[in-house]
Amino acid sequence: MSEQEPLPEPHLPPPTLWPIGFAVGIAVLLVGLIINPLWIATIGGAIALVFGLLWARDATADLRGRAIHVEPERAELRPAGTAEIGPPVTPHPEPGERFPRSKFLEGVTLGLGGVIGGIVTVPIAGFAVLPGFLHQKRHQVDLGPVGDFTEGQWYIATFMLDPSEGDVSRRTAFVRNNGSVQAKGGQVPSFTIISNRCAHLGCPVQANGPTGAILGMKDVIEKTKNGKVTLSPTLPAGFGCPCHGGQYDTEGNRTAGPPVRALDRYDFSIKNGHVLLLSTYSVAKVEGTGAQAKIHKYKLVGPGEHVDGIEQVFYPLNPPHH
Amino acid sequence: MAVRRQPSRADIRKQRMLAAINFPLDWLEERSGLVGAVRYFLFRKVPADTNWMQTLGSATLTAFIVQAVTGVILAMYYKPTPNDAYKSIQYITDELTLGWLVRGMHKWGASVFIILMFLHMGRVFLFGAYKYPRELNWIVGVLLLVMGMLEGFTGYLLPWDQTAYWASVVGINLNGTAPIAGPWLAQFLRGGQEITGDTLTRFYSLHMLIVPGGIAALIGLHLYLVIRLGVTSPPWSKEAAGMERADEPQHLRPGLTRPVPRGGGGSS
Repeated sequence: MSEQEPLPEPHLPPPTLWPIGFAVGIAVLLVGLIINPLWIATIGGAIALVFGLLWARDATADLRGRAIHVEPERAELRPAGTAEIGPPVTPHPEPGERFPRSKFLEGVTLGLGGVIGGIVTVPIAGFAVLPGFLHQKRHQVDLGPVGDFTEGQWYIATFMLDPSEGDVSRRTAFVRNNGSVQAKGGQVPSFTIISNRCAHLGCPVQANGPTGAILGMKDVIEKTKNGKVTLSPTLPAGFGCPCHGGQYDTEGNRTAGPPVRALDRYDFSIKNGHVLLLSTYSVAKVEGTGAQAKIHKYKLVGPGEHVDGIEQVFYPLNPPHH
Repeated sequence: MAVRRQPSRADIRKQRMLAAINFPLDWLEERSGLVGAVRYFLFRKVPADTNWMQTLGSATLTAFIVQAVTGVILAMYYKPTPNDAYKSIQYITDELTLGWLVRGMHKWGASVFIILMFLHMGRVFLFGAYKYPRELNWIVGVLLLVMGMLEGFTGYLLPWDQTAYWASVVGINLNGTAPIAGPWLAQFLRGGQEITGDTLTRFYSLHMLIVPGGIAALIGLHLYLVIRLGVTSPPWSKEAAGMERADEPQHLRPGLTRPVPRGGGGSS
């Protein structure tokens, strides 16, 4: 090989029929494996082998230094005959008014592409986002018979918000039966039901005080539609959060630490003698205690959101939350 | 004057072997230009006084590749459902052969990836490698950092134990306290008003498909810009930024050995 040798010209391999024979052989082999492995499969294998070898021989001709016949990529150019030139079918547009066809096609291509992209993307993006905001379930938790709640006693109630979700929906509330109070419709029961979701960042708030056996009292366990409901008697001096040290008094008012408001509370109703937890609501602060408490009540918002004061301007709109 | 000696059999064999190796490469090159592209990428000129600190970017890339490969394999065994997630992770760690190793690589590699990103960022900052014309690459790098952290956040929930759950509660609620958009962002992340199985599958999808895809694309852009703009000289270099090796014979690349200094003065 001398240095003056010109670069090899690019070439196309000549067309060959060997791969077709190879494919036929493989097909016969596969069919044969099903219907007659001994004969038909053997014949197919033989066809594939022979044609495969011929094909490989052809394909490696260049590598083995064998000259190969190169078919020209195009036929020779021949001069075109003269054509009869008549008048144009459509008259030429005026020079200044020429419709820019290429511009039109460019616009149509981009526009159609955009429309197709939008048709595909919008429902997908909607599916990714909307289910988390629409048709949110309202919970209704059965805590068991009213009689389980001794008047004036705090209980740590654990239950499943949605038993179909399993343990991940297990929640805790602090419940105190305040006895019955005089209202317009006569004597009505009063309960203080405080959510244990910290108003700082949502960690589980704990009762600051002895719980259960040390008080000489037993846990009450009820089976309701909300799974196993456990009522643990407790004697809290307040509530405290283990994560960042937020502290609350027994009405849920913040006394120390980072929380921005009081603890959330549950609405409740008594139905067939059972205590039902309804929607949760947020609380700015509570004045007074027990049945006489004046609760500054707001729509439920997430932890860390201010519901009153100047900071509420940061949260003008909230997603549906129950 | 040398007598042209007959090629020995060994020579012929060697020639044939080279031909056999080069044949597929030439085939590929002729049809795709890929061989040339890879050579262009790997055999770039870099400043003569590049520093070991400048390998931190490649180290970060390696960490990401390790995360991607171990993550893909872990996905073969992990089950992102509320009842099975924790069990499947225990199964990976305690029962499956080498599962403890691959999960460990993914878990610790996550921290390595983040740490290397910060070290790489520190190197770029201290070397001044974010300056003209490389500002855009700094911006791409910042996006990569954010997406890397998002990987950490979404991956943390997947073991589905108490730590994972409460860390995600706090993390999502932190997002929720952002003014105006915060509550909406938190609800989008949870896929509802509470953390449920939907949150787990959502984080899984973000963690293994959406965010890694974005990271891979941004890494492509990041590398493209590195190749296009060249590697920066260290600040103590006596040569102009991005200059070639001083021992490069001038006649080979006359245009590149003496770049015109920008703004009238070269770096010194």
